[in-house]
Amino acid sequence: MQKERPYSLLDAATLGLYGGIAAIMIALVGMVDAFERKDIIADVVTMSQVLLSAMAFTPAFFAASRAQRTRGKGISLVAGAVAGSIAALLVALLALAIVPLNLRAVFVNATPVLVNELMPGDLEGIIGAVVLVAAGLVVGVIAALLTWLPGVLRRATIISLVSVTLIALLADVIAVVIPREVDRYIYRSNGLSVEGAITVFVVILVIACLWQVLQPKLNRAVANLPESRRQVLRFVTTIVLLALLFAAPALLGSYLSEVADLVGFYIVMALGLNVVVGFAGLLDLGYVAFFAIGAYTMAVLTTPELPLVRSFIPQLSFWAALPLAVLAALLAGVLLGVPVLKTRGDYLAIITLGFGEIIRLLVLSDALKPVMGGAQGVTGIARPEGFGLRADTPQEFYYLILISILIAWFITARLKKSRLGRAWMAIREDEDVAAAMSINLVGYKLAAFATGATLAGLSGAFFGSKLGSMVPASFNVLVSINVLAVLIVGGMGSLPGVVVGAIALIGLPELLREFNEFRWWVYGAVLVAMMLFRPEGLWPDAVRERELLEDHEPNVIDEDPTGLAKDATVPT
Amino acid sequence: MELLVAKGIHKRFGGLQALTALDINVVENTIHSVIGPNGAGKTTFFNCITGFYTPEEGQVTFDGEEIQGMSPDRVASRGISRTYQNIRLFSNVTVLENVLVGMHRHLNTGWFGAVFKPPRVRREEKEAEQEALEILKFVDLDKKADFVAKNLPYGEQRRLEIARALAGRPRVVLLDEPTAGMNPKETEDTTTLIRRLRDERKLTILLIEHDMKVVMNVSNQITVLDFGRKIAEGDALAIRSNPEVIEAYLGRGAATGSGYGLREAVEGN
Repeated sequence: MQKERPYSLLDAATLGLYGGIAAIMIALVGMVDAFERKDIIADVVTMSQVLLSAMAFTPAFFAASRAQRTRGKGISLVAGAVAGSIAALLVALLALAIVPLNLRAVFVNATPVLVNELMPGDLEGIIGAVVLVAAGLVVGVIAALLTWLPGVLRRATIISLVSVTLIALLADVIAVVIPREVDRYIYRSNGLSVEGAITVFVVILVIACLWQVLQPKLNRAVANLPESRRQVLRFVTTIVLLALLFAAPALLGSYLSEVADLVGFYIVMALGLNVVVGFAGLLDLGYVAFFAIGAYTMAVLTTPELPLVRSFIPQLSFWAALPLAVLAALLAGVLLGVPVLKTRGDYLAIITLGFGEIIRLLVLSDALKPVMGGAQGVTGIARPEGFGLRADTPQEFYYLILISILIAWFITARLKKSRLGRAWMAIREDEDVAAAMSINLVGYKLAAFATGATLAGLSGAFFGSKLGSMVPASFNVLVSINVLAVLIVGGMGSLPGVVVGAIALIGLPELLREFNEFRWWVYGAVLVAMMLFRPEGLWPDAVRERELLEDHEPNVIDEDPTGLAKDATVPT
Repeated sequence: MELLVAKGIHKRFGGLQALTALDINVVENTIHSVIGPNGAGKTTFFNCITGFYTPEEGQVTFDGEEIQGMSPDRVASRGISRTYQNIRLFSNVTVLENVLVGMHRHLNTGWFGAVFKPPRVRREEKEAEQEALEILKFVDLDKKADFVAKNLPYGEQRRLEIARALAGRPRVVLLDEPTAGMNPKETEDTTTLIRRLRDERKLTILLIEHDMKVVMNVSNQITVLDFGRKIAEGDALAIRSNPEVIEAYLGRGAATGSGYGLREAVEGN
């Protein structure tokens, strides 16, 4: 009901300022310098140019689209130009300031080389700065023009631009999967070829447009099918999807399968944590402990080392140790859960955080070295074998991990839609009311905790076996935080969200090797941006989405049921 | 028969004596109202019965069993349901799911049942859904079963809370100001609903209510609290003419500018 405030150019300038500050950050942490050597389009566009342009493009785009909504097209062009040129102005000022102010004394990356890279072409000094600002202005205007396009085309263009960049960055990975002729056409030794970039852009643009137009129609068509036909359709899609998943390692090759395995470990873990945090609303920051317990149980039971342990437990095979590893994690979950789950919210988070550290320090300790291997860890962990088969390569492991993902998915999906899932929802939304519905709080929290611990243990057991050797350093608190971040980015409580989140946060950084040095920097920026612009996650669960967006849509409460108040405002 | 008996309840919060030597006997299949000015201890009394507070002294007996000091979920599983003064629905799930959560107590599915879904569990879920719809029909919300709870209008949210309380197949329902914030039409509907709970579903109702018209209309028995003490008890007629009650209300009512409608109730009816 509230009318949007007309957009002022000051707002556009502020946005441009943000973009400029981000660009300066990127320059000073060394990203510009590092990516100057990475071409997106061979010998034409470098990654650092793309990054810096994005810092002008993004604020200009948002400024222009808001201006257009409230003030019309003409103003939107000006807003885009203002935002873009201000962002560029900040970069230009940085470039001018680096040498005279000797910024290098503070920022190691602020070198004369950086100045050259920031300035367009071979230009220097004031002229370079002016051209740079002009370039920012042009980028801003282009961004504004983009907002004029109809929604379908606009979204498709942005998707295509991002895709072209990603396809260029992932060249090594994609080259493995695609046919050799296509590879030769679109890629040069350093980035995309010009004609390749254009082809990719156009193809994705067309697909994105068609998809946006056809998808609603397709949805409607499916919704109109009779239930029996829809079931058949669902069955067929599931089969096709599974077939693709099972065929994947053959296409992906060794390196990509390795990455897929890593993503898989996180998916299983995150599906487990999803039960604890997403379903029951219990913030567990020490989740890595159960992962470690699963992994170490597998290690200690199957390694030929550790003579002390071997003197009273025989060396087991992978398959004999697997249920024990899962059981150990389950037991640990229950043992920790019983005393801890009577606390609420923040207290639970702190206690679990402590527990995670205790487990890590225990396996690291010298006192337990004869049993746990101490700082050197354990080697010679058994690989899964049976029926004459043995999982050694990443591709072979892929299948085992895929099966454990499917099991974890099945279990958590069923739990979510059951009496337990409803009880967890009740506890998450209002603990007191849940208790008044005769839900035993501690019992149900324990069930959630134990389910989560079990899945973490399962993931850990496979992780230990796959590595073959392990050290306590693999189980620091960052793993817990990462799994939680996967949930947040994917969408709390959502099963597809877990997969999307794991691919985005675990898989993508692994593939974008160029970013490795700046991985945590980008990671942090992405998390902040997510929380600001899409707090419900990439693939949100409907109920959790409503919870998160609660503040924005007021409850429908008729405060003036008689309607008298409206008539009461008679001018005197 | 006396179904719910509170005897000599004392409840203190630090230096504040919230309830003092409170005796209340609730007879089966009646509507028993608890009234009193703000801060008289009505909701505290509800919380002592439902296990959210443990009284320092005294006994609460439900159907012959002592329940004071039991955890809220165990009290609820004996067959005592409640609603809240400020609506506390599970606001982000559907109307139907709210009622299904309320049915928790008489469903049996455990972890393995939920995962493997044997025919027994499928049947249970199906029956639960049917029963939930039947309860929603009772409060006239069956057509809104798929609505998200928070999108219901206020009066319907109140009814849904009652439906959720019914889902536990309780013997006693505690209603905490069920007509608060309602317009006259909604209040009238709710009054009818409360009566139907007693007459059609054979329930015992313990009611906190500020609207004296409602209280005087539906109650079999009324208990009046003031500063945590019982100052009067009896049927509507007796309470209306009790000088102590009038003083407790109008004495303070005159000071705060509101008489909770008792004056109208006393003089008008």
